Amino acid sequence: MTRTLQQFHGCGAEAEADSPHRPALLPVYLALGILFGTVLTRSEVLSWFRIQEMFHFQSFRMYGIIGSAVVTAALSLALLKGLRVSSVSGESISVPPKRLGRGIRYAVGGTIFGLGWALTGACPGPLVALIGNGVTVMTVALLSALVGAWVYGWMSPKLPQ
Amino acid sequence: MTTWFNQEWPWYVAGPLIGLFVPALLIVGNRVFGISGSLSHLCAAIAPGKIPYFRYDWRRAGLWNLVFVAGVFLGGFLASHLGGPQNVSISAATRETLSRWGIHDFSGVAPRELFTWHALLTLRGFVSVVVGGFLVGFGTAYAAGCTSGHAISGLANLQLPSLVAVIGFFAGGLAATYFILPYLIGGL
Repeated sequence: MTRTLQQFHGCGAEAEADSPHRPALLPVYLALGILFGTVLTRSEVLSWFRIQEMFHFQSFRMYGIIGSAVVTAALSLALLKGLRVSSVSGESISVPPKRLGRGIRYAVGGTIFGLGWALTGACPGPLVALIGNGVTVMTVALLSALVGAWVYGWMSPKLPQ
Repeated sequence: MTTWFNQEWPWYVAGPLIGLFVPALLIVGNRVFGISGSLSHLCAAIAPGKIPYFRYDWRRAGLWNLVFVAGVFLGGFLASHLGGPQNVSISAATRETLSRWGIHDFSGVAPRELFTWHALLTLRGFVSVVVGGFLVGFGTAYAAGCTSGHAISGLANLQLPSLVAVIGFFAGGLAATYFILPYLIGGL
């Protein structure tokens, strides 16, 4: 390991607490992932049709789903923080804050992702779940997303943050 | 499979279920719910090159996330095979809009006019899959999160950067919906 995660300003990784890697917990993450893939599928959140409906403001459904997900997550997060709960892995639960800085990366990066979200009709989770659903051509979209993330990593020193 | 599984899940069931993944992952291993980080972790694992951005301990930071995403794939497979076939009952207004674009097959979760291997050879299929996929990967890496990491975990944590990102998500999404897709798909 050449640098600690605190020094590392990368994609999801900078949001990570520097929690130790515990192989014993991996089956639990796999099970939770299976549950999440199931919810994405049966709630139709992964559907291109639902995303179009949302961006055309022709149904409340997706807004209701995202809104109630945020409220549920916020209430449970406040509860966990308030009760000072420790994780099963033995750490005190915390969500490391992101620094806004000039905010360019969030505004510009977010808009670029938004364009891709409407074009593919899928964000990263649904993209993976769609392949499981048998929309096998989405493996190309996933590979393309991987290339996109790599190109960002390559260009990042030159991009405004 | 019982009928509730196959029926359309109401938003007030689906939303809170999705939200519960935030406390679940924190309780298990103090991990922040998010998906797009897995793309960078995979890059770091298979092709870090000499790029400083990818030179970190991906096992420690992201193996849990890669395993979670593998689960999402399996969950998608199991849920679609165990349950009945899904026909997404979108609103009549959306059907009308999409019909004007030339989308007539509303079976399944994504239109066959765009998301088949054959359609990949058409301009609209190529842009939807390849260009769209690239922008998803590039944009989430630049914004340091996607719908799960920013819109759900970030907003739930009352983070201003996530609010900026989510406004960007919708600005980009609406721009593509109103200024690109009608011409790309519908040829209007």
